[in-house]
Amino acid sequence: MNYWRLQWIAYCTIVRKEVRRFTRIWVQTITPPAVNALLYMLIFGGLIGSRIREVDGFAYMDFLIPGIIMMGIITSSYGNVVSSFFGTKLQKHIEELLVSPVSNTTILAGYITGGVARGAAVGMIVSLVAMFFTDLRPVHPVTTIFIAVLTSIMFSLGGLINAVYAQTFDECSIVPNFVLAPLTYLGGIFYSISMLPPLAQKLSLFNPVLYMINGFRYGILGISDIPLWQSFAVIMVFIVILGTIAMTLLNRGVGIKP
Amino acid sequence: MTALEIQNLVKVYDKDTYALRGIDLTVAEGDFFALLGPNGAGKSTAIGIISSLVNKTSGSVKVFGHDLDTDVVATKASIGLVPQEFNFNGFEPIINTITNVAGYNGIPFSVAKKRAEHYLKRLDLWDKRNAAGRELSGGMKRRLMIARALVHEPKMLILDEPTAGVDIEIRRSMWDYLSEINSQNGTTIILTTHYLEEAEALCRNVAIIDHGQIIENGAVTKLLSQAMQETFVLNLYSDLTEAPSIKPFTTRLRDDANQLEVDVPKGESVTSMIDALKNRGIQVGSIRTKSNRLEAFFLRLIGKNDGAAP
Repeated sequence: MNYWRLQWIAYCTIVRKEVRRFTRIWVQTITPPAVNALLYMLIFGGLIGSRIREVDGFAYMDFLIPGIIMMGIITSSYGNVVSSFFGTKLQKHIEELLVSPVSNTTILAGYITGGVARGAAVGMIVSLVAMFFTDLRPVHPVTTIFIAVLTSIMFSLGGLINAVYAQTFDECSIVPNFVLAPLTYLGGIFYSISMLPPLAQKLSLFNPVLYMINGFRYGILGISDIPLWQSFAVIMVFIVILGTIAMTLLNRGVGIKP
Repeated sequence: MTALEIQNLVKVYDKDTYALRGIDLTVAEGDFFALLGPNGAGKSTAIGIISSLVNKTSGSVKVFGHDLDTDVVATKASIGLVPQEFNFNGFEPIINTITNVAGYNGIPFSVAKKRAEHYLKRLDLWDKRNAAGRELSGGMKRRLMIARALVHEPKMLILDEPTAGVDIEIRRSMWDYLSEINSQNGTTIILTTHYLEEAEALCRNVAIIDHGQIIENGAVTKLLSQAMQETFVLNLYSDLTEAPSIKPFTTRLRDDANQLEVDVPKGESVTSMIDALKNRGIQVGSIRTKSNRLEAFFLRLIGKNDGAAP
């Protein structure tokens, strides 16, 4: 059989399996981010936000919404790949892939696409929820989609690396709880970094999530604390670094082959 | 054509835990081959390396002429693996387990569905096609793994303890099915097993591995001819007070006074043993082998090899 056709069919199979997995357990995978987003919008955007003056010329609710959508995309993409790949390892059905003529690139691409698919599903659901609170429409829709997809790819890669090293479920939740959550909350979802003291502004620039949220906010509102090219550059650099690490781990069989 | 060619295969876990100490093995196309050995001998490691689940330390593996290092896609496409432990997604409907693996092997979904139906029906699992894997019984899980290994119709099927934990009826039906795909499809079959009766009944060739080394390799008939003796259990019509002396046979009385164990040395016939007993006025009601000959040979070899390797 033609090598590329084999890899394409295998890729489609992994993606189908991944999409089937997160849609089968939609109560665990799709609903919680939507409920979280709804609560953030009600409490921070509606109740507290109504007492806050405009941020960068936008009502606080409107300023908040891009960050809330992006937070759902980030956590869902990461969570999908880390839980799916770790579950595959734990139940040993990773061996179905290892004994088959699927290349590691195809395995990586399949799982990353699964993560992006869940990120996209959650992003769309949260956007639908947001429509009850605002009549905003993306100013730069193509930029919005590009930033969302690239960010989703980046965090899916992070999830896969986490899953490769994880030995227990606890180790799957350490990075999301103690690294991802602080970076996301301090990444400008709720505020513009121009509101911070100068030192905090400078420290914030070391937070990669800041570039993603601002890039996405630029796509929807047309405003950003960060130049758009810097957002793209940071995301691309991280994708290349994480992608290289993930491929190296798969090629060496770290965590999956004795 | 050679189905499997292994040369100087070494696997070292950690720094100095040798699982394989440079094994050489050749299996001909169409063979039904058994890899025997005690627990921890290196059987599963060898199978793991052949099927790409374990990284080798050194040596070479060729499957139907395809080198595992340089032609990994063709090598993997030639192999179907039934591992020792259940390793499918217990939450997935079993038909999806089969179609997924078909997809990983480049089989389009429409074809995969037909093949899944064929193999699930053949292995009596079609009625359970929408059940999750974890809901199946132990025997069904084993059969699911066989169906999964066959869905891409490999030229070589490797089974690691395929009948462990299944009842006699299912074991026999699995034997029949494996014999059928070997004889009708020409599929080369390599199995490891603890049931030496299984190896003797199914396999034409056998290798015995112990402490990471092949200590015996050849045709089952040839190995059996090397067995020094065979032990029989005789049910007698009357009780004995002591074991009779009937040279060159060795006799032992069992706990039941009407049961006698007799070792028949190589070259001696069972008929002459029964005649010798009859001459002593001992009538034999029935006779059965205490253990199969391969088992006796295997135990002798393993015993001889104990402590041979560091």
